[in-house]
Amino acid sequence: MDSRSSIRAVSRGDSVPAMGTALAVDDIHMTYGELRAVNGVSFTVSEGEFFGILGPNGAGKTTTLEIAEGLREPVSGSVRLLGESPWPRNMRLLPKIGVQLQASAFFEKLTAREQLQTFGALYGVKSQRVNEMLELVGLTDKASTPEAKLSGGQRQRLSIACALIHDPDIVFLDEPTAALDPQARRNLWDVLREIQARGKTIVYTTHYLDEAEILCDRVAIMDNGKILAMDTPARLVRDLDAATHVILERGSLAVADAKALPGAEEVTEDEVSLTISTHTPAPLLSALAERGTLDGLQVRTATLEDVFLNLTGREYRA
Amino acid sequence: MSALKERTLTPFQSLAIAAYKGFIRDKATLFFTFLFPLMFLVIFGLIFGNQGASKTVIGVVGDGPIAQTLAKLDAVELKHIDSAEDAAAQVKAGDIPAFFAENGTAVTVRFAASDQVKAGTVLGLLNGVVSQANVEATGQPPRFSLEAAQVEDVSLKPIQYLTPGLLSWAASIAAVFGAALTFVSWRKKQVLRRLQLAPVKPVTVLGSRIVVTLGVAVVQAAVFIGIALLPVFGLKLSGQWWLAIPLLLIGALAFFSIGMLVGAFCKTEEAASGAANIIILPMAFLSGSFFPVDGLPDWLKVVSNVFPMKHLNTGMTDVMVRGKGTEALYLPVGVLLGFTVVVGFIAAKVFKWEDD
Repeated sequence: MDSRSSIRAVSRGDSVPAMGTALAVDDIHMTYGELRAVNGVSFTVSEGEFFGILGPNGAGKTTTLEIAEGLREPVSGSVRLLGESPWPRNMRLLPKIGVQLQASAFFEKLTAREQLQTFGALYGVKSQRVNEMLELVGLTDKASTPEAKLSGGQRQRLSIACALIHDPDIVFLDEPTAALDPQARRNLWDVLREIQARGKTIVYTTHYLDEAEILCDRVAIMDNGKILAMDTPARLVRDLDAATHVILERGSLAVADAKALPGAEEVTEDEVSLTISTHTPAPLLSALAERGTLDGLQVRTATLEDVFLNLTGREYRA
Repeated sequence: MSALKERTLTPFQSLAIAAYKGFIRDKATLFFTFLFPLMFLVIFGLIFGNQGASKTVIGVVGDGPIAQTLAKLDAVELKHIDSAEDAAAQVKAGDIPAFFAENGTAVTVRFAASDQVKAGTVLGLLNGVVSQANVEATGQPPRFSLEAAQVEDVSLKPIQYLTPGLLSWAASIAAVFGAALTFVSWRKKQVLRRLQLAPVKPVTVLGSRIVVTLGVAVVQAAVFIGIALLPVFGLKLSGQWWLAIPLLLIGALAFFSIGMLVGAFCKTEEAASGAANIIILPMAFLSGSFFPVDGLPDWLKVVSNVFPMKHLNTGMTDVMVRGKGTEALYLPVGVLLGFTVVVGFIAAKVFKWEDD
């Protein structure tokens, strides 16, 4: 293995024990006519890891995922999924992987329960699993509702349940939270966390950087068919060495006083707030606490969006 | 439901059940599969039902060899009337076109001048019977013989060709639309890709859908034949009519393969149903599903022979109402199976799991 393998062991928190490699993607390329959809992408995902592929629409996330799943053959490069090659269609591998596609792939006119039963039967699973899955994604009371009558969020959850029905080792989710309202997104996050808690490896794509920051152990930021950066969200942000912004209510502190605070670098004031930027927030905050000027205080650190801005030189637009 | 719960279905069974439920719960599909073709059967059956079915009624006064001979013919219906006066009154009133009275060797006919055609029929018929009786009375073998075949054998009553024709058409549209719309919609909704990622063989997916199409064809046959057999329509099945079922299934298979081909080329359901209609409707007209093709120009008859539906119709009519047996199936079955293999092969070649 080359240097890439050294990256993967790092993971946020201590919930992910060091395990084997679930997915290894090595220098894959994919072109559609003139378009270089994927241009030399490499990454590995450990067992039990929650791995996110981020980037704006058209970055090559979905194509990368499809190649990893074995839906497409890359022009060049190789994929090892659970130790095997997923292309050409590998019948031994299929029962071990769960896939949720970008469009909700359902059979016509079937209820939520019947969708799960049908997909379950393809894998030869006991129908008891259907109830478990309905419960996991919170659709027990919607079991008899036709799929077409479910809301967007419910349909996404059903789609994830269908991907998990056969208890796969690794799950691929393509933009599971796209086009959902905030509440539905948060419901889905709970489902995703629960899946990870069950020890599954999750590879998912999203264009919500904030969401990836919360959910993922590790992320790869993609743009124009390439991975620009890959690490834990926390480390990506830390490596940015961006200033922390401490925001106070306007008038709670004079600009001159603010500039005199320990560690204060830049101070700006607008109609509603006073913003102090610093690389050493601790002494600054304790100084503010001593002065008793913590009213309406907000601390804003850099996010993955700042990382994206730093990497591409442009604002992040999903 | 609860009984099913505990059983683990095979992929084939579960996919077939899913396809069946998708079919039975789609009102538009049900309409076009059953009600729409049945409407044709009912309307055509009622419009044409009485044509040729009602026989000319002749009044008879008294009885004799002529009346007995006529009674044996299917061509006319005899109405026995007690007196010549009564019979003459009925002719005058227009209730019957003619009556005859047999008195020993003298046969007298009185007919209504208003209906020349019927009168001609009656006179010709009676003349024939009387002449035949005269020849027999001489004890000589007849010098001239008339080879008389029943006209019904050649040209069928409408319900007799409408039932097999419309049934073939109905099974064909169900098969073509079933296959085409399923594949287009499954591709569009990415069900095909999802199935590609499940450990299920393509032949299982295909087979499960075919089973539903064949089941639909059997139900169509039962409904169509059942309704056509009602006294209002008066279908008369002949000897080995049940041979129509296996033939219809093979026909459904051929049209399923056409549907697969349509489904491989079309990107949307609208395009697929348009394409399927363009293929099926002219074919149905030229194959004799709605009316006999005997009257078509010769070159069109040749053209119609390239259509699988023509052979399906011919085979269905032969075994259902013409009283033919397995020998009538060889050509249709050969053509339909050949069609299935060739078109199915092309469809498999151009098949796409997803849109470009």
